[in-house]
Amino acid sequence: MILDVDLETLPREDLEALQLRRLKALVARVYENVPFYRKNFDEKGLKPEDIQTLADVKLLPFTTKQDLRDHYPFGMFAVSRENIVRIHSSSGTTGKATVVGYTRRDIRNWGRLMGRCLAAAGLTSQDLLHNAYGYGLFTGGLGAHYGAEELGATVIPVSGGGTRRQAMLLRDFGATAICCTPSYCLHLAEVAQEMGIDFKSLPLRVGVFGAEPWSDSMRKEMESKLGIMALDIYGLSEIMGPGVAIECAKAQNGLHIMEDHFLVEIIDPQTGENLPAGEIGELVITTLTKEAIPLLRYRTRDLTSLNPAPCRCGRTFARMKRVQGRSDDMLIIRGVNVFPQQIESIILETEGLSPHYQLIVTRENNLDNLEVQVEVDESLFSDAIKNLQRLESKVQKNIKEFLGVTARVKLVEPRSIQRSEGKAKRIVDMRNQQA
Amino acid sequence: MKVDQLSIFLENRAGRLAEVTRLLSEAKVNIRALSLADTSDFGILRLIVSDFDKAREVLKQNGFTVGRTSVVAVEVDDTPGGLHRILEMLRDSKVNVEYMYAFVQQSGSNAIIIFRFDRTDQAIEILHQNKIPIVPGEKLYNL
Repeated sequence: MILDVDLETLPREDLEALQLRRLKALVARVYENVPFYRKNFDEKGLKPEDIQTLADVKLLPFTTKQDLRDHYPFGMFAVSRENIVRIHSSSGTTGKATVVGYTRRDIRNWGRLMGRCLAAAGLTSQDLLHNAYGYGLFTGGLGAHYGAEELGATVIPVSGGGTRRQAMLLRDFGATAICCTPSYCLHLAEVAQEMGIDFKSLPLRVGVFGAEPWSDSMRKEMESKLGIMALDIYGLSEIMGPGVAIECAKAQNGLHIMEDHFLVEIIDPQTGENLPAGEIGELVITTLTKEAIPLLRYRTRDLTSLNPAPCRCGRTFARMKRVQGRSDDMLIIRGVNVFPQQIESIILETEGLSPHYQLIVTRENNLDNLEVQVEVDESLFSDAIKNLQRLESKVQKNIKEFLGVTARVKLVEPRSIQRSEGKAKRIVDMRNQQA
Repeated sequence: MKVDQLSIFLENRAGRLAEVTRLLSEAKVNIRALSLADTSDFGILRLIVSDFDKAREVLKQNGFTVGRTSVVAVEVDDTPGGLHRILEMLRDSKVNVEYMYAFVQQSGSNAIIIFRFDRTDQAIEILHQNKIPIVPGEKLYNL
């Protein structure tokens, strides 16, 4: 079902006219209300009236996570505090937290966009959604919650943690849909299995997974192992939270960006130059309708490409490819760019290995060493050493062949890699600690 | 005629083997025979135990990857050439021995060797034809 048929299927021409109207209003608004942008405009000699076409977006300055940190906590807000009805914040594990605010209308828009996403995932008011995203400062829990209510679905606000209890509730309540990170869903399925609850026998039919990068091979693995349809959802708290883009259940081929609210560009992360449709680069988003903390050309650090062609589901919104990595997650191993997802794909295409892996990077004698630790899959465990060694060398060979780096592959016992209740920690880079 | 062998994946880390023996000891499972194959990263521990199901259950619950492998326990003359005679007849039939190890106790005056064959059923048939005694699982677990 398409929740906002009139908007989600707008012909591109009409969509662009709407975007331009909103962009012009946005630029005037931030110039008026956000000192950071006003200063930037004045320094450049840029006037809000200079923005006359969508292409003029290039004249606008980029906004980075660091800018948000520099104005911690409320310095980037465009409205006075009395108009803010909610605050969310990132965990701030890698520096100062980034803080975002929402006006009443922002919250309403967010709920609507998230509702569109769940509808695109095939949910209706008949569905029961097990929402295992964390509730709290993190945007995941409340974001999905409001979307489900907007759609009229029944939402179970289970939040994160308490995995055994979650498995029990999944069985007892008979949820038909689940929202969480993909790695947590796998963890949950494992714990359920131990308790004698088979995911495949549950009424659960669709999973909306996000908040961490994952791959198509992981999707296939989850779909066959858990007996559900697995869909990718995209969002980030700086822009809004979950609900910026979603894969439709019909095509499962790229994530529809809610373009009536977000203007997107793809740039070369090094030069900042715009890249044509289809090329992989960093996703840059301008929030067209946000009131509390509108952002111009926010650099997401997420690497993807755009496909503007209309989808067979009927939506005309451009589709972004599944996030291919983060420009700041990229590992450089002996000069070669490596993204964890690339290695994940190789692991998952090798029978006998589980999707639980970790990359350990160390430096010895000024040379980078990459170790890939993978857990052995119970179902394909062999008692013959040679079979296990064959698995190791197969992965090693494929990594060398596809990525051009030499990695040491090490099989480890199941559950020796730490499970996440939230985002999986895939990389342990010890090079800086050693230096 | 086949014997259930427990195979356990072990990371090459201090204390992993002791963890297995601790769990089995607490579950009052007796180890009848064992062999450890190892590489630089990991090893596979192969065990014949007094209670296969119980041992597997307790190890699985504690997060070990365990597998069941069918092996054959063969009585071998405890005299020079005893083992050789058996290997010869298997070689002539092109049955391959994946690995083998000795059982701790004897059966009468014979030694017991545990064999993992590539073609288990065929191996059993050949041994039967040649009247080589095979120790059935039930007897072996409680020897």
